[in-house]
Amino acid sequence: MNKTLIAAAVTLAAASLSTQAMARDSIYIVGSSTVFPFSTAVAETFGRTLGYNTPKVESTGTGGGMKLFCAGVGVDHPDITNASRRMKASEFENCQQAGAKEITEVKIGFDGIAIANSKSAKHIDLTLKDIYLALAKDVPDADGKFVPNPNKTWKDVNAALPDAKIEVLGPPPTSGTRDAFVELAMEGGCNSFPELKALKKSDEKKHKAVCQGIREDGAYIEAGENDNLIVQKLVSNKNALGIFGYSFLEQNADKVQGAKIDGIAPTYDTISDGSYPISRSLYFYVKNAHVATIPGIKQFVTEFTSDKAFGPEGYLADKGLIALPDAERASVAKSAKALTPMSKPE
Amino acid sequence: MSKPTLNAPQAPVRRTIDIVNASLKRRHAQERRFRRIGAIAVALGLAFVVLLFADIVGKGYTAFQQTYLQLPIELSAEKIDPAGTREPETLSTADYMAPIRAALRQQFPEVTERRELRQLYSMVSVGAPQFLREQVMENPDLIGTTQEVWVLADDDIDMLVKGQIDRHAPEESRRVNDRMLGWVEHLEEQGRIEKRFNTIFFTQGTSREPELAGIAGALMGSFYTLLLTLILSFPIGVGAALYLEEFAPKNRWTDLIEVNVNNLAAVPSIVFGLLGLAVFIGFFGAPRSTPLVAALVMTLMTLPTIIIASRVALKSVPPSIREAALGVGASPLQTQFHHVLPLALPGMLTGAIIGMARALGETAPLLMIGMIAFIVDIPSGFTDAATVLPVQIFLWADSPERGFVERTSAAIIVLLAFLFLMNLVAVLLRRRFERRW
Repeated sequence: MNKTLIAAAVTLAAASLSTQAMARDSIYIVGSSTVFPFSTAVAETFGRTLGYNTPKVESTGTGGGMKLFCAGVGVDHPDITNASRRMKASEFENCQQAGAKEITEVKIGFDGIAIANSKSAKHIDLTLKDIYLALAKDVPDADGKFVPNPNKTWKDVNAALPDAKIEVLGPPPTSGTRDAFVELAMEGGCNSFPELKALKKSDEKKHKAVCQGIREDGAYIEAGENDNLIVQKLVSNKNALGIFGYSFLEQNADKVQGAKIDGIAPTYDTISDGSYPISRSLYFYVKNAHVATIPGIKQFVTEFTSDKAFGPEGYLADKGLIALPDAERASVAKSAKALTPMSKPE
Repeated sequence: MSKPTLNAPQAPVRRTIDIVNASLKRRHAQERRFRRIGAIAVALGLAFVVLLFADIVGKGYTAFQQTYLQLPIELSAEKIDPAGTREPETLSTADYMAPIRAALRQQFPEVTERRELRQLYSMVSVGAPQFLREQVMENPDLIGTTQEVWVLADDDIDMLVKGQIDRHAPEESRRVNDRMLGWVEHLEEQGRIEKRFNTIFFTQGTSREPELAGIAGALMGSFYTLLLTLILSFPIGVGAALYLEEFAPKNRWTDLIEVNVNNLAAVPSIVFGLLGLAVFIGFFGAPRSTPLVAALVMTLMTLPTIIIASRVALKSVPPSIREAALGVGASPLQTQFHHVLPLALPGMLTGAIIGMARALGETAPLLMIGMIAFIVDIPSGFTDAATVLPVQIFLWADSPERGFVERTSAAIIVLLAFLFLMNLVAVLLRRRFERRW
């Protein structure tokens, strides 16, 4: 019995190795877990309506996606990578060296980060400064010296805020949402101190350290990558605030409410026009060298950048993507259709 | 040797039995205490298991039903098959969304404004036309008639009908607005809304729309992965165990191997994923996100379990069997294959099934080899891109749509059912075939 089993295994292995050299007939996409829900929605529609194979979309994170994307040209390498930030100059260099000379950059829209609490709790309004003072590891004291964050309640941060313990549930450092939160909210609040803003010019490293450090004394609770979990925890703990993507706020509008930041509520319109302060742009990158060999890439890009997908009334808006302003959307769609290669990012 | 207290002159009346009697009460109390603690531990464990199951089943059982809307759909011949040829090509490319939308408009003639119409259309799943197409292709005679068809409802409507969205919540905090709620209630009064068994969940691949998402793709991925894992790991594991236990000389090298095998069983599974990425994908160039790579990684992971279980099974075969076989002139190889192995096989199979059950529930190593992917098509072989059940659960748990909450729990129920089944088979095999000497 064992002999036949081993023989079968060997044949199987041989068969599988021989099929592997075949060309690929479906698009292969990697990258950011933030763009993943949008990319998969387009992939599914593309596969269902246009008669191509449904692309394979892998969620690897922005950095991981760039690494795979820039590893080379050929059927083993991905055709498209999703990113929740722009491609870095170093990543662009890697791509160039690996032979992926022409890359098309497509900006698809915005993603807001909401700070929310349970619907049954009182609504809370914050400023970026409040967020920084509540969550930073070290904050400047009256003399401008850095001391470990002494603030225990929101009232300590800002006399106008309620006298409740600071308790914020947020994503861990491995998450892209965390990166964006630190960059946009924490640094934004940090720069509201003129002397800290000046520090950026004189000592950028120190500025980064003081502005981007999040406290580790239990006020900021790492609640895991799963945003649904944060929503659930907010419902059971009325005192806590949570940090998660805007789409989760929209889907759970009956359970949680978004805090106003600098007086602006997280809504579709405020994120779209850029007035809501904690929002970022989302991108995907196409390897032009693959367009000729893998069927459907051009059609996929066209589908993604059509108004019925990434427009304000498109199906991606239903999934929580915030559309670009009309003029920008038109120009993005045009350059995406023509697959205009990007120049080296700064 | 030393019993000084007994023979001590100052206490001649105390005999052994007195000492025993004196401590008897204390020792009985100790035993009762231990029993009680044990019972509490078991009860606590059971309570947690019950809590876990109640939570998962409570959240997930609703996913086995799906809401459908009954609409009188006019399948006009001019629209679907203008030439009247009934060719499959024409039938499959026809627009089936249009008749569904027309039927919706007919139900609610007062809706005319564009924005309202969009909302009305959104009550039906984007996948509904696909099922209508299948019905028509199967039975072309439907063309030209008006049929009462049950069409798939959108996930928001599904959540509303199942009570996951509170109808009495204020409108602004509800995903379904008052107008849509009115339409749903109107349809409900007419008996045009029904919950049916969710066949899609078991027959389709994943989807970004909760109402169209199924676990068939993940189940097939898990099936191919486990099948290949079993084919690879069982013969290798049994062979290794047989050699190490029966043939290998006992020296420092085999000791070293034994220690290593035991160590490997305790290595965190993510390490195997990294190894798989570096060796199978990086060096041998095996295709990413396929059951083939997953099975190779899982084989590495389950081998120690199978080897250890197989060695225990071999050890439990009494030496008299071997000696008797050798005594009547069998060669060592014949002794092993004709006499020892058949007796040890039930134990080995049990070990293999437990190893497989572990592989079925494993996610961590698969993160590294590209199985965390959105793959709609159901895999049909070892080299098709695929995902597996636990990964599907992970991906759904991370989706914002409300409908995925219950589907995540439902997928967990299916996974648990399979794990339970496999462990049951292992127990039954042991009961049925194991021999005690």
